[in-house]
Amino acid sequence: MSIAQKRAWAMMIASTAAYLVYVVLIVTNLRDPMSDTPYVAPLLWTVGGSVVATVLAEIGFAVSTRREGKAALRTDERDHEIDRFGEHVGQAFIVIGAIGALVMAMLQWPYFWIANLIYLAFVLSAVLGSAARLAAYRQNFQPW
Amino acid sequence: MKPTRVTNSIRALRFTRDEMTQAELADRIGVTRQTVIAIEQGRYSPSLEMAFRIAHVFGVGLDAVFQYNPDRQPEE
Repeated sequence: MSIAQKRAWAMMIASTAAYLVYVVLIVTNLRDPMSDTPYVAPLLWTVGGSVVATVLAEIGFAVSTRREGKAALRTDERDHEIDRFGEHVGQAFIVIGAIGALVMAMLQWPYFWIANLIYLAFVLSAVLGSAARLAAYRQNFQPW
Repeated sequence: MKPTRVTNSIRALRFTRDEMTQAELADRIGVTRQTVIAIEQGRYSPSLEMAFRIAHVFGVGLDAVFQYNPDRQPEE
């Protein structure tokens, strides 16, 4: 498995795990109405945790592949093309989330829902973008 | 993903060059071993420049490495 493939796995696992923790924290602290549920601290902690986990994974990859030499850390044009493809897939969810948040803001929805839609869009972007990358590595990938 | 009608003889060429390993070929053309495997199996079509680099390593022309078969049924 190349370093770029390992990175895609790390991103997908860290984003999914962080969001699952966030959902559990929200569900266990639900208020009535739901938009009064405290969400800022769980959101910041889980996003921060996801970033830290990804950085630690990157350090782990660098240490574990040190014995294999520089070739193990190499990325090439196929990795870059697959990365662009993953970005392209993930980008769609950012746009959907942004448009949804814009509409919700114009309709004066509570901040809780707007923030949650944006967070969900970022998570979907990261998870599905990574899944698209991993699928491209396993299957037929022709950049043209 | 789009299938391809391009086939290649990289595996055969490696064996005629003292059984060159995929890792050795990858080092010589500056890509990962996974990319060499994907090209060999027809799961990835390299850029023209990478194709020339591969041909250069084997000391043959491009058409000795890659072939286009319009009648070939592409594999999914």
